[in-house]
Amino acid sequence: MSQKTFAGVTVDVNEEGYFTNPAQWTKELAVEVAKEEGIQLTDKHLAVLDFLRERFAKGDNLTIRSVGNSGIVDIKGFYGLFPGAPMKKAAKIAGIPKPSSCV
Amino acid sequence: MSKEEFPLKKVCLICAKGTIEDVYAALVMSNGAVMEGIETKVFFTFFGLDAITKKTMNSLHTGTVGNPAMRMPGGLPFPTLLGVIPGVEAGVSSMMRSQMEKLDIPPVKEFLEMIEAGGGEIYACKLAMDMFKLTKDDLWEGVKDVLTVGQFYEMCGGLQTQIIFT
Repeated sequence: MSQKTFAGVTVDVNEEGYFTNPAQWTKELAVEVAKEEGIQLTDKHLAVLDFLRERFAKGDNLTIRSVGNSGIVDIKGFYGLFPGAPMKKAAKIAGIPKPSSCV
Repeated sequence: MSKEEFPLKKVCLICAKGTIEDVYAALVMSNGAVMEGIETKVFFTFFGLDAITKKTMNSLHTGTVGNPAMRMPGGLPFPTLLGVIPGVEAGVSSMMRSQMEKLDIPPVKEFLEMIEAGGGEIYACKLAMDMFKLTKDDLWEGVKDVLTVGQFYEMCGGLQTQIIFT
């Protein structure tokens, strides 16, 4: 396990940069992680991050379909918010582990 | 040579069969590629066309005859003779679809829409369409184009590209 410092706060991350302790996550840190991913966070982004963190806390599978059904954003919009690999990027910024679902 | 230096940039998938398992293999791999940010093109041909034909796309079946991997819900082998009884194949297929729904695997049409939403492209095979007397109007609206094999290969070029036949 390694550590990384965002805006003066040190957090535990794995070798791919995902938080290993989701409790260390704050919105301020999310802004910094997002910057590294080339994303400027908006309220819409934060709503998606909250949704993913809630689902993760409940032990639910993180699927792209569940984001599309969340009522926050449709799937096309999700790809727009987190371009490229949206689930992975969003999970990284949300301070939760890399999604292990295939869908 | 490591995967970091040469990550996949593009995958081109070919789906030539129309059973639930064959179509979903193609759809899961296509959607998975789109979700990884990989450029994705999916080519449906022969019986695979069922997956993008409006009439058939959401009622695909799995074969209950001649399928040695088929099991009863408890794990016992599924007798082929049972599979020939009318309605059994439909029942097994709908059971499979409901199992997938529980895992958040969407129906075919919704799955295709997800792939399209992420920038994946869906194509149909011209030769197979001629064979089955299908026109573009019979196909799901999201199908980008009807292609010849040559046209498909033309879009499969480039480094770090793979063609996958499911």
